[in-house]
Amino acid sequence: MKELMLGNAAIARGAYEAGVRVVASYPGTPSTEITENIVKYDEIYAEWSPNEKVAAEVAIGASIGGARAMSCCKHVGLNVMADPVFTVSYIGANGGLVFCVADDPGMHSSQNEQDSRHYAKASKILMLEPSDSSECKEYTKIAFDLSEKYDTPAFIRLSTRVSHSQSVVELCERKNDELKDYVKDPAKNVMMPANAKKRHVDVEKRIADLVEYAETSELNTIENNGAKIGVITAGIAYMYAKEALGDKVNYLKLGMVYPLPEKKILDFAASCDTVYVIEELDPYIEEHVRALGVKVIGKEAFTLLGEYTPAMIKKAVLGEDAPESAEISENIPVRPPVMCAGCPHRGTFYVLKKLGLTVSGDIGCYTLGAVAPLASVDTTICMGASVSAALGMAKARGDEFAKKLVSVIGDSTFMHSGITGLIDIVYNKGINTVIILDNSITGMTGHQDNPTTGRTIKGEPTKQVNLIELCKACGIDRVVVADPFDVKNFEKVVKAETEADEPSVIIAQRPCALLKTVKYTGHCKIGDNCRNCKLCMKLGCPAISVRDGKVFIDETQCNGCGLCINVCPFGAITKEEN
Amino acid sequence: MTKNIMIVGVGGQGTLLASRILGNLTTSLGYDVKVSEVHGMSQRGGSVVTYVKYGDKVYSPIIDKGEADIVLAFELLEAYRALPYVKKGGKMILNTQKINPMPVITGAAEYPEEIEKKIGEKTDLTCVDALSLAKQAGTIKAVNVVLIGVMAKNTDIPYEKWIETIKTTVPAKFLDVNLAAFDLGYNL
Repeated sequence: MKELMLGNAAIARGAYEAGVRVVASYPGTPSTEITENIVKYDEIYAEWSPNEKVAAEVAIGASIGGARAMSCCKHVGLNVMADPVFTVSYIGANGGLVFCVADDPGMHSSQNEQDSRHYAKASKILMLEPSDSSECKEYTKIAFDLSEKYDTPAFIRLSTRVSHSQSVVELCERKNDELKDYVKDPAKNVMMPANAKKRHVDVEKRIADLVEYAETSELNTIENNGAKIGVITAGIAYMYAKEALGDKVNYLKLGMVYPLPEKKILDFAASCDTVYVIEELDPYIEEHVRALGVKVIGKEAFTLLGEYTPAMIKKAVLGEDAPESAEISENIPVRPPVMCAGCPHRGTFYVLKKLGLTVSGDIGCYTLGAVAPLASVDTTICMGASVSAALGMAKARGDEFAKKLVSVIGDSTFMHSGITGLIDIVYNKGINTVIILDNSITGMTGHQDNPTTGRTIKGEPTKQVNLIELCKACGIDRVVVADPFDVKNFEKVVKAETEADEPSVIIAQRPCALLKTVKYTGHCKIGDNCRNCKLCMKLGCPAISVRDGKVFIDETQCNGCGLCINVCPFGAITKEEN
Repeated sequence: MTKNIMIVGVGGQGTLLASRILGNLTTSLGYDVKVSEVHGMSQRGGSVVTYVKYGDKVYSPIIDKGEADIVLAFELLEAYRALPYVKKGGKMILNTQKINPMPVITGAAEYPEEIEKKIGEKTDLTCVDALSLAKQAGTIKAVNVVLIGVMAKNTDIPYEKWIETIKTTVPAKFLDVNLAAFDLGYNL
């Protein structure tokens, strides 16, 4: 049976067919849908873990326990899970163990453009890179087989265009889902120096064996079109190159990007007059090929930045221009993402901006609090950094500065890695104020449950982490819950907590407007008594703009949340039911 | 020969469903198909672009400038932005709805004027007030399916095939309103 399938859904299908029994992940674009699709298969235990490190460790434990297991993350999530990953490289795998990592060239939804292939080499873990959904499914199955055969974890590297493109996949049966025996084996599973030293020897031998495998594996294919130009490529760049260059060049497509088949590369290069390496982001393959003494054209012809296109490749390799296209002479306004109409964060940032506070930001929808007109976020680094970096700022600049400083962090991000920063504030006598933006869900990645929502990934009810009690248990005596849409009270609370000489937490509680349980009705309307002061426009609501010199609410954009009604000093905005 | 369809709009307008209907339809017709979507932050009210490509064999999931056979635009400004992607002899179907982007709302930029006219001078153009038709069908959320209806008329794929695919792609409780929306677009 054939089906059109998202790359991420195909990874999930591959895991299912490979007999996977345990999948643990933390959501992150563009990897999220892998684990969301795993949920469809009742045979597989799936969970959203509090963060990627925990997720990887759950998968590692499952593998040691004899099950085929997988953990999926975005590129920056791999940084969080790196600690166990580097060591499980030494332990290897009992049940097959696969880590899926999705890079985001072009940064569609990310804070950096890291190339995760470097991790494979650094951790000495094999890495496969599919180029469409069909390969996503097949490579996942191969990754599990290789993991068990060579006693190693395996990486699958994806990129946004592979993860989020749909293409045709042929479905197969589920196999290999029997649990392997668990046998106590400290020499292999207890990584202390004496054991790890011996395991390191095994790791190096394993890599040598995998190089041998790479030389003959069908993952690395040569397509000889009798051309003079050769192209070495992998992943989505292969698809772009095929589209751009067709049969005008020969290809060495690398389905396995670590370790690389050195002899195959040398033979391929020797059969061509000119060799290009075409890969997005870093010159990862290029550097390896150059180290073999092969003369190649790589990043001197291609950029280190962003995504590639077939047109770009056609121009660089064949010198052919893109087809004629219409030109636009005037400037077209950009349309950056904005917080949705009804977003609970809007009330929070409106108040923070009004109070002129320095805002230490974090990763989530609320990163958009950095964008005009709210423009209140000062810093965004990584998950959890809003809390700890604010402590650093406060220690650098003193208590007076700290009283004009807040951290903002979502409920899911707080569970991920904000809690450790909060403990640091208490332990090291900080007086910071942390605002937990509790919108009852993991928003940015498209509504995943987390430890504060009271539901598992499968929608089953579970014990809910109580944020108030948690913060109190960490030693925060001042914990206040406030509704960010009650703008006046929220302002009062923020003032009181930032001015206090001790640390505090404000839980800004209002659910995401996109949740099905949130039922705003009707739409807001500007009345005749509007004085055109434009205060409501400071909310940066996509429904409120100026038409013919007067403030206007677009009813197709408004969801009737009523925040603007609370902000208007003249009572000029009213609600109209549809 | 590969057929390239580009769908552009504003996050939240339902471009994903439109591309999925097209993808499922062309797959059921036996073509090799690739659909490229956008998820995550860009979906939050930003410009969204999805590509649907079908033919004997499709390699790249993305469409370059000057290569789209049809651009299906859900919003006026996004249509204008996508104009360079229409191939010579290609076509644009445009929903006349205007949604102000934040730089226009804050006054940092102006929404260009007479966009339909400017696009019409450069390429074959069909303008539709899909928002009104969607309201007529029963919900403004059906703008996407109205536009799919308009596009269907511009292809040689039979009417019944479109209906079959909508039935299998759209959730059952929204089926009636979506079928009505499709017909309003198709019979325009």
